Amino acid sequence: MSARTAGFGAVALAAFALLALVPRLGNPYYLALAISLLQYTVLATAWGMFSGPTRYVSLATTAFFGVGAYTVAVLGEILPWPLVLLIAAALGAVVAAIVGLSTLRLSGVYFVIFTFGLTELIRQLVVWFEVNKSRVLGRYVFVNITQADIYWQLLALTAAVFLLGWLIARSRLGFALRVIGEDETVAKHCGINTTFAKVALFTISATVMTLVGAIMAPRWTYIEPSIAFNAMISFQVLIMALLGGAHRLWGPVLGAVPLTLLFELLSARFPNTFTIILGCIFLLIVYMLPRGVAGLLEKLSTTAGGKTTQRAAA
Amino acid sequence: MTNAILTGLMLGGMYALIAMGLTLQYGVARIMNLSYGEFLIAAAFASHWLFTGWAVSPFVGLALVVPLAFVLNFAIYKLLLTPLVRRAPNRDALEVDSILATFGLTFVIQGSMLALFGGAYYSYSFLAFPVQFLGETVAANRLAALGITILLGLALYAALTRTRAGTAVRAVAVDPFAAQLVAINVPQASALTFALGGALVAAAGVLVSTFLTFSASSGVVFTMKALIVVVMGGVGNMLGCLVAGLALGLSEALVASYVDPGLTLAVNFALFLAVLLVKPAGLFGRATR
Repeated sequence: MSARTAGFGAVALAAFALLALVPRLGNPYYLALAISLLQYTVLATAWGMFSGPTRYVSLATTAFFGVGAYTVAVLGEILPWPLVLLIAAALGAVVAAIVGLSTLRLSGVYFVIFTFGLTELIRQLVVWFEVNKSRVLGRYVFVNITQADIYWQLLALTAAVFLLGWLIARSRLGFALRVIGEDETVAKHCGINTTFAKVALFTISATVMTLVGAIMAPRWTYIEPSIAFNAMISFQVLIMALLGGAHRLWGPVLGAVPLTLLFELLSARFPNTFTIILGCIFLLIVYMLPRGVAGLLEKLSTTAGGKTTQRAAA
Repeated sequence: MTNAILTGLMLGGMYALIAMGLTLQYGVARIMNLSYGEFLIAAAFASHWLFTGWAVSPFVGLALVVPLAFVLNFAIYKLLLTPLVRRAPNRDALEVDSILATFGLTFVIQGSMLALFGGAYYSYSFLAFPVQFLGETVAANRLAALGITILLGLALYAALTRTRAGTAVRAVAVDPFAAQLVAINVPQASALTFALGGALVAAAGVLVSTFLTFSASSGVVFTMKALIVVVMGGVGNMLGCLVAGLALGLSEALVASYVDPGLTLAVNFALFLAVLLVKPAGLFGRATR
């Protein structure tokens, strides 16, 4: 087991080292595409980290992404970059903890409804604050961060997220979450502090999303609430994680990569009917692949390799 | 003060009307319909098209749009949602599946309306003259809409409590399994109730279009408001719908006129959370959900 883990770790390390060379290719289009791919990979994986085991459907990805982006817009020029990232992460964690504590005790559907409106709520509060207190709507972001820097930061975050997810899955917290996902009442009777487990993971997942927003912010030179809190991101991340399969750590990547490429293509070719196509893809995924690509792969591997064991069991 | 309260009551009445259909769909058919607001906007566009293109009064428009919406929603339930109902092992799974499916539907409808009508705001002038009401000046179209809302609400309440079919629907809402044991055709009742909810939201859309400007992408706002009202009032509860709708409208109007119009959504959410934290099943919901 440990040899297998070490081998897997070495392969992953080599893959990340290779990926780190992408900006050296010198092609700005591929770099931009790679940034989009990493952005959605991290967001979808973070989404799956919380929603996969607990089966709480969160529509609040944009809320945290926007908090991160706005932190950079406000503080980016004043403070050194690492400190800005740290503050963004802390803000995201605080917001997530508050939201989690007040909503996660509620039944699943109420949680969906609340997160559905959370982005809009935070956007309205930011607009209200900007108009009434700072008297500007929209800010310029002038920080000394290149596209390659954004890429490397996202790559580092991707590595961190996978390592974190791997560690959580092997910890008591991960086990507690799987029990909650199976049956919350049973989990409570087993003495699992369900509220703590859910809030903890929700906060971790949201902090990662906030960091993605902060890292991506220098990509725009001008930020206003409707850009930072673009609700479309929540939806796209949800679809990607579902297509890939949110019940596995590596599942969401399988959805994030093909769909990012597809969205890139569609929004360039069919800007007017993009929304309709998005909806149709979504419906197809819900009806055809209820457990995502990861679920399909597992089914295929068990039917291919598990025939003898099945017969033995029968 | 009277003006703010009157505005709040009219707004609240509208919210109650908008949420009535959703509370039926979610309470009885167990479909958490996230594309609800899109149906409202579609009806508003239909009414706009009938009025500006064919000079059909929205009151006549109601008689055309509402039956059409009923048939359309019945077809949607049969074609799109029945497979999910069959697939779901339990109620929670159906709720999550229905959220995801109607979420996809949202994009399809919204995208179609964007392609047809563009992103511009639409409105038309119907009964747009002031009248005196309780010593205050209000717009006639709002007053007419409120009147029809009250009529619709009373009719629905009577249908649910006084008729055999209504009793069957309420039985399904309480316990779908036990309802089958007393010879109620649960799938049929669910489909019909879902369609009835769709007809109600279409009526709301026609009425709202007479006094509000709307655009192809404003459906989400109505979905949000309807969800908040439904959950606050207690799922499937008509009286709760009315009380929660009025509370929401009143608080919004008071905050808009005395605090800041930019904070109305924040107030909505604060109210929503406050109610859920105190009474997780809603104001009039049963404790075991």
